[in-house]
Amino acid sequence: MSEQGIAKMRRLFGKRDSAPAEAAETKAGKVTPPFWVIVHKEFGDHVSSWRFVILLAIVTVACIGSVYSALTALSKGFSGSFEAVPEFLFLHMFTVSNGVMPNFLTFISFLAPLIGIAIGFDAVNSERTKGTLSRVISQPVYRDDFLNAKFVAGLQLIAVVVFALGFLVMGLGLFMIGYPPTPEEFWRVIATLIITVVYVGLWLNLAIFFSIRFRQAATSALAGIALWIFFLVFYGLIVNLIGQATAPSNPNDAAAVIAHQNFLMFLSRLSPAYLFQEAATTLMLPGTRTLSPFITLEQGYLAIDAPLSFGQSLLLIWPHIVALIAETIIIFAASFVLFMRQEIRSRS
Amino acid sequence: MAGQPVIELRELTKKYGDFTAVNQLTLNIYQGEIFGLLGPNGAGKTTTILMMLGLTEPTSGKALVCGIDATRNPIQVKSRVGYLPDDVGFYDDRTALDNLIYTARLNRIPLREATERALSLLERVGLAEAAEKNVGEFSRGMRQRLGLADVLIKRPEVIILDEPTLGIDPEGVRELLALIRDLSRKEGITVLLSSHHLHQVQQICDRVGLFVKGRLLACGDMNELSRQLFGGATHTVELDLSAWSDELEQRMRSLEHVVSVECVEADALEGTSYVTARVVCSDDLAPQLARMALEHGLELYGLRPTKYGLDDIYHRYFEGSEAS
Repeated sequence: MSEQGIAKMRRLFGKRDSAPAEAAETKAGKVTPPFWVIVHKEFGDHVSSWRFVILLAIVTVACIGSVYSALTALSKGFSGSFEAVPEFLFLHMFTVSNGVMPNFLTFISFLAPLIGIAIGFDAVNSERTKGTLSRVISQPVYRDDFLNAKFVAGLQLIAVVVFALGFLVMGLGLFMIGYPPTPEEFWRVIATLIITVVYVGLWLNLAIFFSIRFRQAATSALAGIALWIFFLVFYGLIVNLIGQATAPSNPNDAAAVIAHQNFLMFLSRLSPAYLFQEAATTLMLPGTRTLSPFITLEQGYLAIDAPLSFGQSLLLIWPHIVALIAETIIIFAASFVLFMRQEIRSRS
Repeated sequence: MAGQPVIELRELTKKYGDFTAVNQLTLNIYQGEIFGLLGPNGAGKTTTILMMLGLTEPTSGKALVCGIDATRNPIQVKSRVGYLPDDVGFYDDRTALDNLIYTARLNRIPLREATERALSLLERVGLAEAAEKNVGEFSRGMRQRLGLADVLIKRPEVIILDEPTLGIDPEGVRELLALIRDLSRKEGITVLLSSHHLHQVQQICDRVGLFVKGRLLACGDMNELSRQLFGGATHTVELDLSAWSDELEQRMRSLEHVVSVECVEADALEGTSYVTARVVCSDDLAPQLARMALEHGLELYGLRPTKYGLDDIYHRYFEGSEAS
């Protein structure tokens, strides 16, 4: 039989085969694009995995601890008279600590990177060692879809966890102190939670990057944790060290001192952890009027002694959010470059 | 064979640093045939396959599959080609059915049809009872059969199987090969399979490419291959005759396809009353030779035709390569 004949037959067969498929398609709606198929599967995998249970347990314990901490602090802080109730009392649920246990914000800024790393550290390399990567990539799926789907599924999960926690603390607070949040307080909490999701997303992305770079899941996890500890503990120390070494010799030279401080500020703000901390505190403590360490006497004296409005607080930390997203995108780009042209063999 | 080749490799080269894994490979594979890529471990078979699917980039040269450049448009190639890696992996905590449906949906097949196809394929590869079992509990042979189902669920035009029979027991191999042959014959699917098992390749392949150290040494069907490697001497017929004459030798030599005729000395053992003649030829001439001997009025005590198989070809090559 000639080539054309076979091709024709194939076409005929193909038509007959796909006729019921088309009918089913119209009935069942549109065909899901491969991207969402992967997202669904990944999300399902995460939710049913042990690691998720463990993570949820840690975070829940932390959350209950922070609620307890805030409640004991609040009950000690003011008792009785309603006139003494401070402004933004509800936000104190998230920021006040009894000195024994850290508050919610501290817990979150400490645990957020761990959540990201735990979810992403074996995203790609586990598929590689299982031999499923070459099977999936030999389907008509774009490689960037594969990577994006991994990220989106992880981020969805993170959003669910972070918001669940935030609302849990809000609910518990409502229940225990019996003081409802104002709309402004509510939106401040929501904005903080969104920033938290962005921040965890950054760590998730970093973890995915390591999972592409390192073939062993353990190496990738270790690299992620090392970086987490570096930013949490050592980065501040290093910035201080640099600060001492480069301090201007004449402390009366105002311009030099300011330039030096700005330089140190710039260095600190390279760290995503620092960015997140600044952003979250500004939102949660509306009294924060500026993030600059320098205020002239007049500025300090003449400023209206009132908290910032929500919009103004948001404006103050807008650059932080942009910087966090930018750092995420840079890591994303690096992952892409690494993964796009990588050779994919089975199990290696 | 006529028509456009389904897989067309043009001077395909892949280098890893100084090491050349695939060297100037040019190869055509046509519609509906089963092509065997035969070579020892590390010969570059898998690398070649990866380049055909766009899973790795060639250093130079081109790989065209169904007329599409695999390096530039891997997605289009992948939607027509099913690939079974040598050590196929599945999501162990999911059922066989789930794994198949996942692959189907990655190929944009709607859920309902994906389920239908998956069930019928599981039936076909003999895993219908295990459909709801987690793949983690599967044996090696079952995984391989599931792999074949996984490859077929997208209804490919070409399937590429990398060492499909590795680590399966002989019965499993037989079944798998029968399945592959069945697919090729009934549905006109072009099959490319790589292996270092000669006998399996010999059993089902229409054409074979002998691939060593990144080079294609010889390519063609069994006879062609042995002609290329043995210079035509593919068959040997040994005849035990009661006597031997020059006239007979002349007549035998004048037959078509005969390469050489020689009379082996009769065994020194006493009691043997015949001589042995060895005729080397490029086709099976046993009946003609026997008739000729009888026409000469000789008694025929024994007739032993031997054909050189792939085994001999393989060994012959390796002897050669070790010596050089």
